Amino acid sequence: MATLAVEVVYRGIFQRTLARNIVRNIVFAARKDGKIGTAFGRYSDSPERNGIPAKQFAIVCDTALELEESLAVYEAKNVDVTINVDDAMCKGIESWAWYGLQPINELTKAGGTLIVTSRQSADSLLEDIHQKETPYDLAIIPSTVSFSGLWVYKDDHTDMRILGTLCKVCPDLVSLKAMLETIQDQTGSDTKVASAQKAFDRSVTRPVEPGEGNSETPFSFDMPGWKTMEEGLVIRALPAGTGYGGGDEGYVPGRSKVFKKWSTRSMRPVINFETCIKCTLCWLQCPDTCFDVTPDGLYDANMESCCGCGVCEAVCPVPDCVTMVGESEFNDNDSQWEAWQKDKDGYNKWMTVLVENQKSETRTHGFHHVGGYADEINEMEEA
Amino acid sequence: MATAQAALFQESTEELISGSEAIGIACALADVDVITAYPIRPYDTVMQYVARLKADGAFDFDFIIAESEHSQFEIVKHASAVGARTFTGSSGVGWFYAFEAITVTAGLRMPVVAMVGNRALDDPGAFGVEHNDAMAVRDLGWHLYWVATAQEALDMALIAWKVAEDPRVLLPFALSCDGSFLTHSQAIVQVPSKDLVDRFLPSYQRGTLQLHPDNPITVAPQVNEDWLMEIRKQTDEAMRRTSGVIQEAHDEFREIFGRGDPSPFIEEYMCDDAEIILVGMGTLAMPTRVAVRRMREAGKKVGFLRVKFFRPFPAEEIRAVLGKAKGVAVIDRDYSYGSPSFAGVLFHELRSTLYTLDDRPMMLNFIAGLGGREVMVRDIDQIVETTQTAIETGKIEQETTWVAVRE
Repeated sequence: MATLAVEVVYRGIFQRTLARNIVRNIVFAARKDGKIGTAFGRYSDSPERNGIPAKQFAIVCDTALELEESLAVYEAKNVDVTINVDDAMCKGIESWAWYGLQPINELTKAGGTLIVTSRQSADSLLEDIHQKETPYDLAIIPSTVSFSGLWVYKDDHTDMRILGTLCKVCPDLVSLKAMLETIQDQTGSDTKVASAQKAFDRSVTRPVEPGEGNSETPFSFDMPGWKTMEEGLVIRALPAGTGYGGGDEGYVPGRSKVFKKWSTRSMRPVINFETCIKCTLCWLQCPDTCFDVTPDGLYDANMESCCGCGVCEAVCPVPDCVTMVGESEFNDNDSQWEAWQKDKDGYNKWMTVLVENQKSETRTHGFHHVGGYADEINEMEEA
Repeated sequence: MATAQAALFQESTEELISGSEAIGIACALADVDVITAYPIRPYDTVMQYVARLKADGAFDFDFIIAESEHSQFEIVKHASAVGARTFTGSSGVGWFYAFEAITVTAGLRMPVVAMVGNRALDDPGAFGVEHNDAMAVRDLGWHLYWVATAQEALDMALIAWKVAEDPRVLLPFALSCDGSFLTHSQAIVQVPSKDLVDRFLPSYQRGTLQLHPDNPITVAPQVNEDWLMEIRKQTDEAMRRTSGVIQEAHDEFREIFGRGDPSPFIEEYMCDDAEIILVGMGTLAMPTRVAVRRMREAGKKVGFLRVKFFRPFPAEEIRAVLGKAKGVAVIDRDYSYGSPSFAGVLFHELRSTLYTLDDRPMMLNFIAGLGGREVMVRDIDQIVETTQTAIETGKIEQETTWVAVRE
C-alpha cells in the first residue's frame, strides 16, 4: 500500500507540453509496473498566462481505492518529488490562483527530492530556495531552461532527462525498465530512451539539511471574509501616486499591497541610466505601470510590479539601454536607480557584465539557428 | 500521441485521458455527424480534443465553430431535425447565452447530447465548478446527469445518445461534468472498440419526424392557448417514459461492456445500515466516499448516496434509500437565493421527494465547494457531526450551513 506524488512546477504556456509529457509518462510507466495513477493540472490551462507559474501532478498508487483518496483533494498536500523546470522559480512561486509566495520546496516531503534544471551550482540555487524544517535532497539536471515561445514545444529531451533522473531519485515510484519501455512506446525514439538512461546513470543528489537555504519569510497576506469584504464586487482604486521615495519630485504610482509579480518573471530589465534619453517609451508602454519616474527624470523599473514581459526592451530606441536579463542572476528586488546613485561606477560595471553575459546566455525562446536542435541536445548531454 | 491513436477504436484500449477527452472519444465511437463549438472553459477541452481527432484523421464529422453559443445550440438542433447525430456543449454563462436555443431543443424533441463543463456563473468571472449552470435546464425537458469519473463520462455519453434518440423519448441529454476535477484530470479509462459500441448503439432514426424533402413536414408552428397544454403534456409523458428506457439501456450496456453500477440513477455507498446518509452529486463523491470509509472504520454508521440523474429525478429509488436513515445531510455545490429554506437546489428536491414518507428523516443542508473550492474530508466529518447532533437532540439548530466560508 503506497501512494507517491510528483509535482511539476513550470512556466505557464511556455512549458505546458513539457510538464504534460512528464506527468503522463510517469502514469504510463507506473501502469507497466502494475500500479494505477492519475495526471492532472492545477491553475493551468486557459487561465494559465505566459510565464505564470503553474503545476501539474502525477499520483501513483498500488490500488484504485488509494487513488480515490488522492483524487478527493484539489492538489497533493505534500509530494515525494518536486520538479522545477525553470531555476528562476527557486525564488518561490505565485500561481494565478494563490496570491502569496509559495517556496518551491513547500510541498516536498521530508526525505523527498527537489529536481531542478539549471546551470547554477547547488549553493547558488540554495541562496534562492527557502529554508525547510525537514531534510530533502536536491538533484540538478545541468541544462538551460527549456523554453520555445508561445505554445511551441522545444523538444530538447528535458522531459526525458527528468524522467530518467526521477527513476533514480525515487525508485519506488516507477522502475527504470518500465520508464524506458514507456518512452519507447510513446515516442518511438531510441535517442530519447538513451537520454533518459544517461540521465539516470549520471544523476547525483545533494542532501539539504533543515534550515539550509534562503532565510527570508515568504510574502503572505490575509484574505477578507464575507463580512469584511466590500459588496457588489467593488474593488477600491489604489490611491494616487507620490513623488519618488515619498519626495516632491519624480512620480511613483500607487501599487497593490498584496499582488506582487515577483515569481511571474523569468527575466527582468536592467537599465543603463547613462544612455537613457528620457523618451518615456518604456514608462508609457509598460503594461504593469512598473516604471517609477526618478527625481532626475529617469525611469526605474520597480521589481514589485514587473512581470518580465520585455516590452520595455522592445520599445527602447537606444541600443542596450534596457536589457532583459535572466531572473536567476538577481538575489533581491532593490532599486537599480538607487544603486546607481550610490555608486555610479560600481553600478555601471555590474550592469555591463550582466548585459555582456546575457548576450551569450542560452536562455532563448527558440533554437538559435536552423539545425540547432541536434547541437543543443549534444551540448546539454555533455554538460 | 499519433502511435496510440492509430489503434484507437479498432480494438478496446486503455487510455490516460480526462473526462472531457473521454467524451470526445465517445463522440468518435458513436460516429457523431455534427459537432458545434464555441470556446469557454472548461467545456473547451472537449472541442480541442475532437478537433485533434479530426485533424489526425481518426474521426470524420462536420465540425462547425459557431460565432456564439446561441448559434452553436441552434445548429445542432437543426442538424438533429434532419436526422444527424449531434454533440455540443458549453459552460457557465456561455450555456446561459444559448438558452433560447436550449429550451426549443427540448420543445421540438431534438435528441441533442450536450456536455456542460460545470463552471461558476459570472459575476465574478471564475473558472471553478458550481452546479447552478447546468441546473437551469431542470424544468425544460432535458435529461440532466452528473458524472463522477472519466470512465463514467465515456460510458454515459454512449448511453445518452441511445436514450435521447429512442423513439419513445426524443429528448435532449445534458452531461454535467465538474470543471477541473473531471474536465482537467486524466485517469486510466477503458475505451471500447468501435465494433462493441456498434452492437450497443443503433443509428439515429427520426422516422416520420425527420425533416427531409421526401417527408415534407413543418416544424415549430406558432400556437395559442388551445394547443400548448397538450404539447407540454406530450413532453411530460416522454420524460416519464425515459426512466424505463434508461434502465433498459443501462442493463444492455452492462451486458455488452461488462461494467457499470447496479443502478443507472443513483449510487449507494455503504447505505445499507446507515443512520446518517450524505447526499451529493458529481465529483463530490470522491472526498465523501473517503470520509465515509474512515468513519465506518471508526464504527460510525454513515453512508453516501450519489444522485446521478437529476432529470428525470429518481424519486422512488431515493425514497427507498433515504427513508431508512435517521438523518440526511445534503451537500449542494449550488445555491438558490431566496428559496424556501435559503438552501441548495438538490436539498429542496430531496425534501420534496421525502415528504410523502410517513417516517421522514431529519434533513440538513450544507453549501460547499462553490466556485471550485476543495471540499475536504474534514469538512465532511464536520457535516456528519452537525447531523449527529441534530439527531441526538431532536432539534435542527440551523437548516442550512455554509461550509468553510470565511466570515
